[in-house]
Amino acid sequence: MNRLQKIHSEKSWFQDVWRAHFVRVVHGRDARATFRVAVRLGIILAMFTLVPAQKKSSCIECHSKLEDTRLSAPAKLFDNDIHHARGLSCNNCHGGDPNADTKEGAKDPRKGYLGKPKTLDIPAYCGKCHSDATLMKKFNPSLRVDQEKEYYTSNHGKLLKAGEQRVATCISCHSVHGIRAITDPLSSVYPSNVAETCSKCHASADYMRGFGIPSDQYAKYKTSVHAKALYEKQDLSAPTCNDCHGNHGATPPGIASVANVCGQCHARQAELFQTSPHKAAFDQKQLGECITCHSNHAIAKPGDQLIGTQQGALCITCHTSGDKGFVAAGLMRSRIDELIGSIDRSTEILNRAERAGMEVSKPKFELKGATDALTHARVLIHSSSPAEVEKVVAPGLEAAGKGYQAGLGALAERSYRRKGLVVSLVFILFLATLVYLKVKQIEGRQAANAE
Amino acid sequence: MKTEDIKQWIDERLSISTLAAMAQKKEVPVHRHSIWYYFGGMTLFLFTVQVATGILLLLYYRPSSDNAFESVQFIMTEVKFGWLIRSIHSWSANLMIATLFIHMFSVFFLRAYYPPREVTWLSGVFLLFIVVCFGFSGYLLPWNKLAFFATKVGTEIAGVVPIVGRPIMRFLRGGDDVTGATLTRFYGFHISVLPAAATAFIAVHVLLVQLHGMHVPAKYEHTYRKMKFFPNFILRDLIGWILAIGVLAVLAALFPWELGEKADAFAPAPAGIKPEWYFLFMFQTLKLIPAKVLGLDGEVLGIMAFNVVAMLLFIVPFVDRSPENRRRRMILNVAGVLALVYIVGMTIYGYVT
Repeated sequence: MNRLQKIHSEKSWFQDVWRAHFVRVVHGRDARATFRVAVRLGIILAMFTLVPAQKKSSCIECHSKLEDTRLSAPAKLFDNDIHHARGLSCNNCHGGDPNADTKEGAKDPRKGYLGKPKTLDIPAYCGKCHSDATLMKKFNPSLRVDQEKEYYTSNHGKLLKAGEQRVATCISCHSVHGIRAITDPLSSVYPSNVAETCSKCHASADYMRGFGIPSDQYAKYKTSVHAKALYEKQDLSAPTCNDCHGNHGATPPGIASVANVCGQCHARQAELFQTSPHKAAFDQKQLGECITCHSNHAIAKPGDQLIGTQQGALCITCHTSGDKGFVAAGLMRSRIDELIGSIDRSTEILNRAERAGMEVSKPKFELKGATDALTHARVLIHSSSPAEVEKVVAPGLEAAGKGYQAGLGALAERSYRRKGLVVSLVFILFLATLVYLKVKQIEGRQAANAE
Repeated sequence: MKTEDIKQWIDERLSISTLAAMAQKKEVPVHRHSIWYYFGGMTLFLFTVQVATGILLLLYYRPSSDNAFESVQFIMTEVKFGWLIRSIHSWSANLMIATLFIHMFSVFFLRAYYPPREVTWLSGVFLLFIVVCFGFSGYLLPWNKLAFFATKVGTEIAGVVPIVGRPIMRFLRGGDDVTGATLTRFYGFHISVLPAAATAFIAVHVLLVQLHGMHVPAKYEHTYRKMKFFPNFILRDLIGWILAIGVLAVLAALFPWELGEKADAFAPAPAGIKPEWYFLFMFQTLKLIPAKVLGLDGEVLGIMAFNVVAMLLFIVPFVDRSPENRRRRMILNVAGVLALVYIVGMTIYGYVT
């Protein structure tokens, strides 16, 4: 019993104090006593209001003392659980009576005790609250309430419905008893933890064997440009498993939907692809749109080497020398290379001029027009149209050309300044010498006069 | 005959012949330390360079946060010899501060402030502060990143002075932050208030130098020779000024003053930001001073200490009045050397760290 509870229970002490002071105060015999009574009453009142109303939970009390960690862990984990933080307790999910002092009383089926749910029942168990819009509004009005429904559209949900118990349910991803808010970096479904959470099952070859799906997705994903953005740059907007597969309704996007999935972020590329001649060809050959060139889980940082007709270029996987696509690929690559070369040349000469102290910030800024054009051209290759690429490469080359001319001009100006400096210095030194000789002449004359 | 008439007409009105006679009579002492006499004239010459190049810059400069940077960029790239004018203005400003420091320390160590030259010294101290304010206000005018953050830090330092600091900071900034209002304000100080004040103090300073003549250190009082001010001394001055133009031409042509990137209030402050070299010793001191010294805020203490030292400069000629008091002379010499070593040491330390 802590001090505050002690004060609470010692009613006789409180009554004595009150009675003794009340008599004196009412009769106005002791002004100081009035002050003391007020202070004491204030303290007592503050203590009553500050003491949190602790609800009794015999479940936690008993389970936390159990030696079997399987039984004590839930009670300990629950401290960090989002449900605990929202004022919920064991009985809100498991039923029973947390006020009872005996095991039998606490687990009384007449008081709604449900016990540990079966795997098959877990979605409905969580859905009891999470699918109830009226109830969820009390805790978080913006939270979705269709997770359970969506779950049954996922491969996990479909298999569970069919009686397969080895599939993921709510607790497989969100954990159990120690469930954290999805915005909590320690949550198993925080963006940077999602892939690890999925990999617990999907990276296990033994576990996946029975389902006939590969188990290398996680290893491949870790090598991808998306994983680098997420883990190295700490960019939480970078995609992880659930961004492409969905979370509660997790399922492979399927060939027909890949472009839609990638297009959520890479909208311009997806739009250009839809208008390209590749669209019809890919549909006909049943090829996944984006993943055919970029792969799926191991998406590498795309580079200019992917396009063109040289060794290693992706285009020659399907196109052969002389066909329309082969020519277009070669043309687009050569123009992009030309733009890169032009930008490099301009940057180099402008940097040289800058190091020489010339003011070239304006042409350097204007050179961004060329680098922007290059970025745009790299996106436009998804149209597979050399004419579209040319529309941005041509102005880009012009901007880079202007930068180069500005660099040349700055270096010519520097050389002009140096020549001008030499001429000026000759004149300045000549003038200084003249004045010096004049001084000597005057002083010579003055000395002669003095003698 | 006609030329003579014109000369007479002018002389009757302007008394040129009287001034010429005065100049003919004026003499400059020649001794081992005469070289230091040239630094005052050199500072004045560099000030006139500042005025001339400043007026030329005004033809193109636009004092607003939207246009200032672009206008200086225009001066540096499009205006014929604009780069030269701006670079000379910037280099000359720095050389002027350097020659001013040399002039001040030479006057200090040679005791040129002895009676009756106390007011000459006082006007010189005022000129020192005016020139430093010129430097601080002019630095912001190109509205580049470094200048923006240096002004932010500089005005912030002013703001930590107890009681008056905050109002001074708000007055300098024209608000709570460094904005376009600060730029307009600094421009106003730089091209009108400070030049007016500088002209007035220079007039007093030069007039007093003419009135009292140049001071001769006690050691050479009986041995020094004399040189005519006109034409001997003035022609030697002229050689120095011509050579100064040469130095400025070399600096401007080989090391044109950088413009940097345009100021952006939302960008993070550049790493390792440092003020101009003549503020660096103070900046470095404030960086090194502990957060708390004897329970007082270290930064406030440092700033107050610099203020006290600045105020001490004013009382120097009233504390040390004659060469008779050897002990006092020694104390001042040691203080001067320590100050010089401290300024040079801290400036170097500021640059290497």
